[in-house]
Amino acid sequence: MAALAAFQRRLFRPAPEQQLPIVLGQRRIFILPTRAGVVFAVVLLVMLIGAINYNLGLGHALIFLLAGLGIVAMVHTFNNLFALRLTPGRAPAVFAGDLARFPMQLENSRRQSRRALEFSFAEQAAARIDLPAEGSATVAIAYATQRRGRLDPGRITLASRYPLGLFRAWSYLYPRWSCVVYPKPLWTPLPAASAAVHADHVQGDNGQEDFAGLRPRQNSDPIRHIAWKAVARRPDDQAHLVKQFAGGAAEELWLDWSLTPTGRSAEERLSILAGWVLSADEQQARYGLKLPGRELAPGHGETHRGRCLEILALHGENPESKAPGDRQAR
Amino acid sequence: MARTLKARRQAIARPAEPLEHGAVPWLLAVALVTAGPHVGHLPWWLSLVVGGALLWRAWLWQQARRLPPRWALSMLVVATLAAIGWQFRTLFGKDSGVALLVVFMALKPLEMTSRRDAMVIVMLGYFLLLTHYLYSQSIATGGWLLGAITLLSAALIRVHGGAQPIAAIARHAGLLLAQALPFMLILYLLFPRVSGPLWGLPEDAHSGLSGLSEQMAPGSISRLTQSAAIAFRSRFVGELPEKSDLYWRGPVFDDYDGLTWRASVTTSKPPPQAPTIDGIGPPYAYTNIIEAHNQRWLLALDVATTLPADASLAPSLQALAREPLRVRSRFSFASSVDYRANVSETPETLRQALALPPEINPRSRALAAGWASRPPAEIAAAALAMFRQQDFYYTLEAPLLGANAMDEFLFETRRGFCEHYASAFVFLMRAAGVPARVVAGYQGGELNPIDGYLIVRQSDAHAWAEIWLAGQGWVRFDPTAAVAPARIEQGIAASLPAGEALPIVIRLDNDWLRQLHNRWEAANNTWNQWVLGYNPQRQREVLSRFGWRDADWRRMSASLAVLCGVALLLVAVWTLPRRRAVDPIQRAWQKYCGQLQQRGIARAEWEGPGDFAQRVARERPELGELTREAAGYYAELRYGQRGGIGQNRAAALHRLQQCITRLPPRRRSST
Repeated sequence: MAALAAFQRRLFRPAPEQQLPIVLGQRRIFILPTRAGVVFAVVLLVMLIGAINYNLGLGHALIFLLAGLGIVAMVHTFNNLFALRLTPGRAPAVFAGDLARFPMQLENSRRQSRRALEFSFAEQAAARIDLPAEGSATVAIAYATQRRGRLDPGRITLASRYPLGLFRAWSYLYPRWSCVVYPKPLWTPLPAASAAVHADHVQGDNGQEDFAGLRPRQNSDPIRHIAWKAVARRPDDQAHLVKQFAGGAAEELWLDWSLTPTGRSAEERLSILAGWVLSADEQQARYGLKLPGRELAPGHGETHRGRCLEILALHGENPESKAPGDRQAR
Repeated sequence: MARTLKARRQAIARPAEPLEHGAVPWLLAVALVTAGPHVGHLPWWLSLVVGGALLWRAWLWQQARRLPPRWALSMLVVATLAAIGWQFRTLFGKDSGVALLVVFMALKPLEMTSRRDAMVIVMLGYFLLLTHYLYSQSIATGGWLLGAITLLSAALIRVHGGAQPIAAIARHAGLLLAQALPFMLILYLLFPRVSGPLWGLPEDAHSGLSGLSEQMAPGSISRLTQSAAIAFRSRFVGELPEKSDLYWRGPVFDDYDGLTWRASVTTSKPPPQAPTIDGIGPPYAYTNIIEAHNQRWLLALDVATTLPADASLAPSLQALAREPLRVRSRFSFASSVDYRANVSETPETLRQALALPPEINPRSRALAAGWASRPPAEIAAAALAMFRQQDFYYTLEAPLLGANAMDEFLFETRRGFCEHYASAFVFLMRAAGVPARVVAGYQGGELNPIDGYLIVRQSDAHAWAEIWLAGQGWVRFDPTAAVAPARIEQGIAASLPAGEALPIVIRLDNDWLRQLHNRWEAANNTWNQWVLGYNPQRQREVLSRFGWRDADWRRMSASLAVLCGVALLLVAVWTLPRRRAVDPIQRAWQKYCGQLQQRGIARAEWEGPGDFAQRVARERPELGELTREAAGYYAELRYGQRGGIGQNRAAALHRLQQCITRLPPRRRSST
């Protein structure tokens, strides 16, 4: 058994990709007949016996043509994957229970299209994509998340049965992929806000109360701050203007672990906190996060929300833990 | 662990991949193309069922409706099976088996929802294509084979590859076919052939083979001459014999019951002596390619002196195969048209050659009795003279004869075909005490100038007579020649009155049409030899023509594997993705960066030209300016808008390439 495992390790080389883009060479592509391919072989054998029995010269020709077709189909199925270039991208964070989507940029340098490429993580639904001749495309490979944390999705199987379905060529890819999975939010009422402790912290900051002017939009600005009227006046401008506000809420919100119901499990409490983060963000409040052993000063905006959720997601995990064996249980 | 197992089970139990809506017409086309050609030999009601089922499925597809429920389909299948069993009286014959396959092919689309169902249909299609060849293996069927395989591959491509333009699918299917053809040729030539059958064939396997039969009654040969079907082809190594010497020997009849001639059943304990033949004059060497006729006789030219190993000469001088010819076969002979055969004949054979049914035909017996005192050769001459001089007619439309057939023919109707004349002649000879028998076979043939083959058709079927003369053995007498000499010298078309029914091809007068016809038959002959008649023996012949003597199956398999490997390699190399030509801008930039790398500063994979130039300026100020310039050209060429550097892209590229040469020489490493 150990020898077999060693052989498998050697054959499938489960090591993270060293070089990008990944280029599929012949050592990485495996090919075997599908069930239909085996049936095809049996059908050919039976037909050969029939052709011999009835002395059908044309029957022999048919069977040999089909056999040739099978061989050629094997080459084509292999070529459908061969020399494909793949560049893994970054997967945006998702909430537990949602589909994490790992983007993979594909580049086809050959003159024929590559069709019916199927990417899948183990026991996950496959993403199918066709690549035009000498073209590129991006496929998002879905992974159904179940719990929060840093998701290591494991190896990807890239497979194809094109063109005839008689053979399945596949390759295993091991990109250094991970995705932060936020706790699934539980919606409960926000805790009461308290007055700001540090008054100077409030002043001059980009608050949300009083309109102070316009500036070009940055990615972190919420959509609802876009000055749509200004955009409508100058639709050609590439950067939308956003309204700037002076003075913020005079009170800030502490989303504190100790405020969550103690009767619930730790995971549920984290979910409640996630729900609070989302609600607070929705209400454009300034909020801070307190977890046992971790505290994040109050802030607001998308970046702040993301940081909060990430802290919740990785709570209890070593944030740098990316050892190969440390995979999320499914 | 439990969760993993459960998940795995779910993954396995995942429903079969559904079939796309757009793939359905392709599979219906597969069903149509593979089942359609069988319509000709299916009962009419079955063709209606098949057509109806396919139309129904097409309508359901067009309306995007749900497929009929399982129970309804099962009932349909059971009803059709019962009807087939009732029609054919069996489900296991050739015809009923084909009917079953056709029905499955027509009904399967009605429950087709997944890719697996589509695969089943295609596999069934392959099988149905094979069954076409039970009925026809003509050139047209071969063409249909190529077209159908292309369609089946296209359907598979559509099923597995999703929606594409039809032209793209067709192109890919054609490419697959073109690449598969070399494998087919290699396998076809070298795959060690086994001669069938491997087991007993159904009784109806060889129905419909025509040719001379084991008995001859008035009308049996004239019926055969209505057919222009080819009986066999013959190719002579050297000169052709005279047309009047082209007597191809088939069955020999020596048992007459008053109506029908048969071959007598020899019951003698010691097997009859082997025939003794003295050929006079040079032998003619030739090869016969004989159509399957389900009999053993090989239609050698009268009389064969040298036979192939798998044939033998019967006591009645005809060449026989070991088994009835169920497939087109080749046999090579040498024959002498001038011969002495069986000068010493067994008494039993001679006794049989004198036997007559008692009491019938009294007038003929009386006529013969009048000749009995003369020597046998004179008796024969007298009979021939009678046919020649009196008003006998050679015609296909002979009147029906009654109980005393010979009397009626010789004294009343006097109209008949070769079988009438041959049997009347033999009757008279026997009645006069001369041993005689009827020989059936073919006479003549037509040379196809295109490929040099002599074509002998069913319309050349003939019957003649032989008498045994002491000291000379069996001597041929053809009474038909006495009545209608043209039949022997020019063929049947010249000897019959113009109004009589004969196949059109043997009356072709138009030179151009005849030429075309000859070409077509030459093509057919080539096809027959290479496709239909390619048996183990022919395979050995062909391989020895390529200089490969005594090829056995081991060496054939080995060379087969090697050749297929070579072909696979060629196909792989041909189809391997080629490297795309890197565009010159990219190449120049990469070369520049490569030069920098040799000078100790490497661009990282993710670094854009601008960032890289900045870093170079920081780390290696002496290269900074040039790098900024190069990066500027590259970025402009690569990402700039067309308006940027204007039409002068070529100049910018040139300047980028110049940057490479402008780099300062590399510092020598300090050693």
